[in-house]
Amino acid sequence: MDWQLIIASVIKIVGFVFLTTLPLVALSVWAERRVSAAIQDRVGPNRVGPLGLLQPVADGIKFLLKEDFTPSHVRKGYFWLAPALTMVPALMTCAVLPFGSKIFGEKMVIADLDVGPLFVFAIASLTVYGIVLAGWASNSKYPFLGGVRSTSQMISYEISLGLSVVPLIMIYGDLNLGRIVQNQAEHGWALLPLWGEGLSLKGFILAIPVFISFIIFTTSMFAETNRLPFDLPECETELVAGYHTEYSSMKFALFFLGEYAAMIIGSGLAVTLFFGGWSLPFGWLTPESVDAEVPWWHGLIHIGTFFAKVIAFILFFIVVRWTLPRFRYDQLMRLGWVFFFEIALFNVVLTAILLIIFK
Amino acid sequence: MSTETREIEIQDSAARAASAQATELEGYQQTTDDLVGEKLVINMGPSHPATHGVLRVVLELDGEVITKADPDVGYLHRGDEKIAENMQYNQFVPYTDRLDYLAPLANNVAYACAVEKLMGWELPPRGQAIRTISCEMARISAHLLGIGAYAMDVGAMTVFLYTFTQRETIYNLCELLTGARFTTSYTRAGGQIRDLPEGFIDQLSTFCDEFIPALDEIDTLLTRNKIFLDRTRDVGVISKEDAISFGLSGPNLRGSGVEHDVRKANPYLDYERYDFDIPIGTVGDCFDRYLVRMEEMRQSVRILRQAIAGLPDGPINVADSKERLPNKEKVLMSMEELIHHFILITEGLDAPEGEVYFGAENPKGELGFYIHSKGGGVPYRLKIRSPSFVNLSILSKLLPGSMMSDTVAILGSLDFVMGECDR
Repeated sequence: MDWQLIIASVIKIVGFVFLTTLPLVALSVWAERRVSAAIQDRVGPNRVGPLGLLQPVADGIKFLLKEDFTPSHVRKGYFWLAPALTMVPALMTCAVLPFGSKIFGEKMVIADLDVGPLFVFAIASLTVYGIVLAGWASNSKYPFLGGVRSTSQMISYEISLGLSVVPLIMIYGDLNLGRIVQNQAEHGWALLPLWGEGLSLKGFILAIPVFISFIIFTTSMFAETNRLPFDLPECETELVAGYHTEYSSMKFALFFLGEYAAMIIGSGLAVTLFFGGWSLPFGWLTPESVDAEVPWWHGLIHIGTFFAKVIAFILFFIVVRWTLPRFRYDQLMRLGWVFFFEIALFNVVLTAILLIIFK
Repeated sequence: MSTETREIEIQDSAARAASAQATELEGYQQTTDDLVGEKLVINMGPSHPATHGVLRVVLELDGEVITKADPDVGYLHRGDEKIAENMQYNQFVPYTDRLDYLAPLANNVAYACAVEKLMGWELPPRGQAIRTISCEMARISAHLLGIGAYAMDVGAMTVFLYTFTQRETIYNLCELLTGARFTTSYTRAGGQIRDLPEGFIDQLSTFCDEFIPALDEIDTLLTRNKIFLDRTRDVGVISKEDAISFGLSGPNLRGSGVEHDVRKANPYLDYERYDFDIPIGTVGDCFDRYLVRMEEMRQSVRILRQAIAGLPDGPINVADSKERLPNKEKVLMSMEELIHHFILITEGLDAPEGEVYFGAENPKGELGFYIHSKGGGVPYRLKIRSPSFVNLSILSKLLPGSMMSDTVAILGSLDFVMGECDR
């Protein structure tokens, strides 16, 4: 057995998923409340710990201590399965995200798959089962409506989400996220082709379909993570709390955390695909190739860069949420099927034509 | 001797009501449930985030489309009208606070005006101006909450808190004016409990100056927001004819394009003195009702500014008399006033016999008090025409055909208060 591989993987899993992503979930809950407070001329949570930073911990303890109540009219098996099904896929997608270059010769990605984006979409689409099951198993009308809405919403937007990534894959000619990032580090980020080979007519013109992709990808990401302006499955003013109306205690917390985890992974994916992942701008500290050795402190800087970008993206998510009203269900579906789907398809064709022209 | 046991069937009143309701429900089920069972009957309220209180709407959904809507009111019924029959006119003032509890000052004024109409009194100019000021403050405060809650219902949480920041200032003004932020109980038959306090006018004009930019901020967040437009335009359209035939009043009526405002049509207090416009809508959809409210707040500020500029001096209450509570200092010093005070407190006003109706343009619409007096200190019958109740009557016509999500936009745009509706 290759013990070294196992130990390195375990360290990476623990370090990335449990010591970074989960605390980041807690932190983004805190950030959500503080930023929304700042937007709304309020103070926000500031009692627990410095700047209220321990508020998520207090919330977590509260969730654990609450009565874990299962109503008698639910289908228990599915009811209990649903929260896990929303949280687990969100964390599983962490596996393929390259969160750094290399430290001590070890690639900073848990599984260096050659089908990275496909894996992400395959796993992320499992989240919808959690929501459907929650809505169905609750055996109650509001959760049911929420579940139905979110099923159609997530399935519809998955299509445009997947299609929006196709142009990028065509441009890079690669499905390995690590190599995509390396490519961007050398030739300029997908959205900012301002250095390396990207600084050419080809780079600038190819940035047009990439930009369209980015808009579709981000919007679909909002829809996939059920956040405003697309939070119809749980829009509280209509459906009380949507699919998790009947949930309490830690089961509710899992839905809640799953949403934030999905948001973080979504941000990570957007950063990886469009903003050069862990790479610094203008090719600073860029390793020569994917397999080249990287000094350990470069590796640390790269990890820091990745998370800085992810956090910036999360802040964008938060600001949007507290600024916009919510779509109506049919409008959302129309937007998804009539606009984004067509535009994404057209974008794929456009990219193909551009690639042929600039071969 | 043999004893015989017989079962006699005498239901108590609760059981009778329950069985009556059961038969009623049965009929109801038959009419709403279709046999195939493709429709979903959903109970919105009485405890639901979007119903602002305890309105219950029984919706029958075909997918996401509403096929039938049945509003059910009465969950907050307190019997205010019956209570009024058992107390003197002035004792009822605190109950009016709790009608439209978002604009207690306006309710106080409307009630006091109704009683004064019965008594045949006319307030001195300063008293009228003060009442106008409090009415317009209440209007701004109520519309702010209406729009804030409306925006929150369609998902724009931030607007709600912006409006609340402004309402806070109005509450501070109310506190300065009446001593209470919420339950003001400011007026009495024949005047108000106190004159404008020191510094009130300054604070009010600062508020007027600061409020308009804040309103513009809300404007930028909502009025041209594509999502908000999508949610509210051509949703819940009330035609002119419907608005009139359902007896709507206030911004809901004007949103449908009917230019009717009690302040202009049938001026009370000193509204004739002020120069202000009545905004009306063109389509009658949720968006028009929103625009009307926004503009009415601007007009209210206009009225407030004019009232501040032209505030007359002089007494605020009708002159001391046998009907009007005398000055406290005089009560302590002179015999005659002491006797009046005693009589007024124990027996109440000596109201003439007769029937009066007074309708005031409140934030929610025309709040009317109909007083039937048979003389003496208590009304024989007091009927409250509450605008929220009348405005909600259109729900069962308005909702069918629209989407489930439109319900919240429509409810928000109708801007009702259950405290007033159920009274």
